[in-house]
Amino acid sequence: MATLWVVMSFCVPVGNGQLSIQIDHYVGQKVMELDTVYYRNALGQQFTVTKFKYYISNLSLQSVAGKTVKLDEYFLINEEEPVSKRFDWANIPEGAYSDISFVLGVDSVHNLTGLQTGALDPINAMFWTWNTGYIFLKLEGKSPASTSSGNIFEYHIGGFKAPANSIRTITLHFSKPLIISNNGTHLLHLKADALEVLQGPTTIDFSKLSSVTDAHNAPMVANNYMDMFSVIDDAK
Amino acid sequence: MRKKQAVILCGLLLSILLFSFVENKYFLITDKDVELHVPNGFPKPVYKFKNNRLTPEKFMLGRMLFNDPILSKDSTTSCASCHQRIAAFGHIDHTLSHGIYGMIGKRNVPALQNLIWKDAFMWDGSIAHLEQQSIGPMTNPIEMDETMPHVISKLKANKDYVERFRLAFGDTDVTAERLLKSLTQFVGLMISANSRYDKYINGTDTFNASEKNGLSLFRANCSSCHKEPLFTDNTYRNNGLVPDTALKDKGRGGVSAVASDNYKFKVPSLRNVEMTYPYMHDGRFRKLRDVLNHYDNKEKHYKGADKAITKISKLSDHDKVDIIAFLLTLTDKTFLYDRRFVDPFMK
Repeated sequence: MATLWVVMSFCVPVGNGQLSIQIDHYVGQKVMELDTVYYRNALGQQFTVTKFKYYISNLSLQSVAGKTVKLDEYFLINEEEPVSKRFDWANIPEGAYSDISFVLGVDSVHNLTGLQTGALDPINAMFWTWNTGYIFLKLEGKSPASTSSGNIFEYHIGGFKAPANSIRTITLHFSKPLIISNNGTHLLHLKADALEVLQGPTTIDFSKLSSVTDAHNAPMVANNYMDMFSVIDDAK
Repeated sequence: MRKKQAVILCGLLLSILLFSFVENKYFLITDKDVELHVPNGFPKPVYKFKNNRLTPEKFMLGRMLFNDPILSKDSTTSCASCHQRIAAFGHIDHTLSHGIYGMIGKRNVPALQNLIWKDAFMWDGSIAHLEQQSIGPMTNPIEMDETMPHVISKLKANKDYVERFRLAFGDTDVTAERLLKSLTQFVGLMISANSRYDKYINGTDTFNASEKNGLSLFRANCSSCHKEPLFTDNTYRNNGLVPDTALKDKGRGGVSAVASDNYKFKVPSLRNVEMTYPYMHDGRFRKLRDVLNHYDNKEKHYKGADKAITKISKLSDHDKVDIIAFLLTLTDKTFLYDRRFVDPFMK
């Protein structure tokens, strides 16, 4: 079977297509608007969001036939910069794909090999000051329930070594296969719900935990946001 | 008469010329100055300047940045404010680090030396790469409280720096990567390996009886953690200090989230230990004598003290005197007075 596949790939030139990934930010049912819109967490506490940014890396697509296509690139998605919420992945072999996976964060190799550029440039302020390496996700905002100065809350999640390992691989299954055709561009529309950072499995109470910037609590928040992504079916 | 005046004038001009020439030469960094020499007996460096080839221009840029308060939010505090050359780049006579707005940090400023042999930085090893290290103090609110975009914008607005970046990197782009790599060149070449101890090991100097006895006591009791020739094994250990209730510093445990790492701190090198007082991660001991007394008073050690410390034999007063005599041989004047590391703003 494998031999046949090799022979076929020699005989039939496999074309390439492009995937354009668009991520929309929500807070629960509402579209995210920085600073201006009030939302409520699971405890009914009111809050605004002032910052929402995170890294996506190690993207991979699983084909229906069981093959995997990988992309070795880092993307910094930042609510403040709308263009960052859409990025392209070129040269994907044509075919039908069933799942997409990606890492929310920065893998240990990129944490340990010195200065990086592009999305990982330290100028992007996604670097921990008193803890190891890159910050994977930042959610900041204000809530009257927070007792911190200025009623702020800030969750900076990072850490790549067990037990303080907050690297999470997220896999999304397509309800019907995603088709990449030769020279075609397919739009994949994703939703990221920031409310999920604050709940499930652990509900965060702004009055009790308004700041996470250390290795101890970070994995707990990472477990929360693992399920913040979903596929938006534009056909519906 | 007029002739005499002319001679004086000429002499004056000549001395000004000569002085400025000497001065420039003093601060000039040549290719030879940035050659990396791994000292005899040292292991292979962890950081090898790969993707950051040493050049005089980058080193000089790093030297300028290290000494320039422009890297702090209110432009009052430079790296050199706390890392003083004469103290092997520690902060002499300061228990805890000082930040901008007069803020006090929670740890003693560590010396900067032989950094390219370290696999992690800070007392808790929180920063895992030399090139990333200076991001920590620059952006920590209780140290220099800056942001990388703001530092870059300040440097871009400074014509002198733009020119220095061009000289170092070939174009006028001022980036965080270039800033940090230049700083890495400057601190990475801070190598101390020419103390009397080194000369003794190399057979070019002698020890007196007290120093010799100190060395053998040191090897029997201290060197399992303060391993020669770097005088650290780069591990984290609980050395039996009762935690400071105000600082609430868990050390390595705060980074690793492993309970057994609580109150462990990185074993510091003892090179230039004469100049790096006060001692310990919180600077609680002013004298080497206090440090030795702490290790000697095992009954006062905090729970979980490292096994290596519990094994230290009872030290007599004579032993302590000899160990200190030996520790003073680790002072490296070649390093402490190395002109390459002198603040260029003194020019």
